[in-house]
Amino acid sequence: MNKRSSWALPYFIFLVLFVVLPLVMILLYALQDGSGHFTLANITKFFTDKDALSTFALSIEVAIENTLLCILIGYPAAYILADNKLNRSAVTVVLFILPMWINALMRTLATAELFNMAGIPLGKGTLLFGMCYDYLPFMIYPIYNQLAKMDKSYGEAAQDLGATPGQVFRKVTLPLSMPGVWSGVMMVFMPTVSTFAISEFLTNNKIKLFGTIIQENINNSMWNYGAALSLIMLIIIALTTVLQGSDQTEEANGGLI
Amino acid sequence: MQAKKVFAKAYLWLVLIVLYAPILFIVIFSFTEAKSLGNWTGFSTQLYQNLFNGSMQNSSGLLAAVKNTLVIAVIAALVATILGTIAAIGIYHLRGRKKQVMTFLNNIPMINPDVITGVSLFLLFVFIGLSQGYLTVILAHISFCTPYVVLNVMPKLRQLNPNIYEAALDLGATPAQALRKVLVPALRPGMISGFILSFTMSLDDFAVTFFTRGTIGLDTLSTYIYADARKGGLTPELKPLMSIIFLIILIVLLAINIRQSKQEANSSKK
Repeated sequence: MNKRSSWALPYFIFLVLFVVLPLVMILLYALQDGSGHFTLANITKFFTDKDALSTFALSIEVAIENTLLCILIGYPAAYILADNKLNRSAVTVVLFILPMWINALMRTLATAELFNMAGIPLGKGTLLFGMCYDYLPFMIYPIYNQLAKMDKSYGEAAQDLGATPGQVFRKVTLPLSMPGVWSGVMMVFMPTVSTFAISEFLTNNKIKLFGTIIQENINNSMWNYGAALSLIMLIIIALTTVLQGSDQTEEANGGLI
Repeated sequence: MQAKKVFAKAYLWLVLIVLYAPILFIVIFSFTEAKSLGNWTGFSTQLYQNLFNGSMQNSSGLLAAVKNTLVIAVIAALVATILGTIAAIGIYHLRGRKKQVMTFLNNIPMINPDVITGVSLFLLFVFIGLSQGYLTVILAHISFCTPYVVLNVMPKLRQLNPNIYEAALDLGATPAQALRKVLVPALRPGMISGFILSFTMSLDDFAVTFFTRGTIGLDTLSTYIYADARKGGLTPELKPLMSIIFLIILIVLLAINIRQSKQEANSSKK
């Protein structure tokens, strides 16, 4: 029994080398100046950098709006998909998760072209709708998963006890589906904040999101400042993960196909 | 009830149409010769012909990018599947704190946004002075693929009778034989879905590749498209290429799901 637990060792070493150590590198570079001396200047630079701060605020705003939009459109879709009275076909479910496998850049470019053809000027509105196209499947799938494995007899019991369909949904179905919603939020919110390329394509370079600033700094050899910006994002990720309770990810992501 | 059903179906179809509009747009305009998307100059399969006989401008760049994408995805998915399966068996048999630590570490790459994964690995490779290219991209892809293999193999381990591995050993099998003849066949469905998931994620990756490919001019399909779009004007042959990829993915995913639902139907009959 004990012997087989040692099979985790190679992967443990791999994780330390290529997951933990790289994150330590972010911390290391964020707290150094160009010549390798310890400094907090990179962090304070962010808090005094008006452009970076406004981009950061805008990214959080877009991410919140995008996440809400995805829940608003995605939840009903997931609900219908999971209800076997309304949907019997597994193929429909596949059709909903399929866009996840298509190259996101190509889809985004096509979306931008569609807006161009329809004569809609590229800007914040198109950014939001384009983001929603890109991330909707990532919201629908975990919610669907959660609803599909939910024990239907809870709802039936509530109904037998005199609850109206609205009450059943509010007091039984919705609370039980919340872990799925949270996984969806994790899969939509942080990726939206950190996205680059996608926001540039959807707004014709007019709107930058936080990911773009990180990328620009790294590509222009401003590694230390780029690392500091990444560190700020890491802290936010850590906070949202702790708030949500990190043990839910395993359940919701299992068996994505 | 009937009205509700009609409304539900209509909603699903509406969302699907909106979701697929950009993809259909690419497919439709792959059958015309115009350079820019959205410009229809009559039906033509010229772009498909160009793609297959390589008679397009900068064909070597695009074909090399396709080849790189496939090679990286195959190697990364294979290594991730092997590493992840062995790791899943190990983690399954861990107890207490060690198990918690491994589960936590395994979750990090899935929670990290691509940009963070990319930047952090970039800094690591710079720090240890590893020159960036094929190797670093593959290592990076393995790091974000393996957690999904672990998650796909884990449920199969829970379904497995814990005694059959020991039984194989008692009957004289070496651990390697027991792994090959007992564990692997039982875990195969999870390994296959882990492999496919890893493969598609590697294919689709942009940000991590972008940061870890170095400056030797290594391009995958994603970085090629990015550079192409920034230059202004996509290579027109990308449209038929994306259409073909889309069709392949559609067929593969549908086949997997139909097979799975058949298997489930069979096992519920027994």
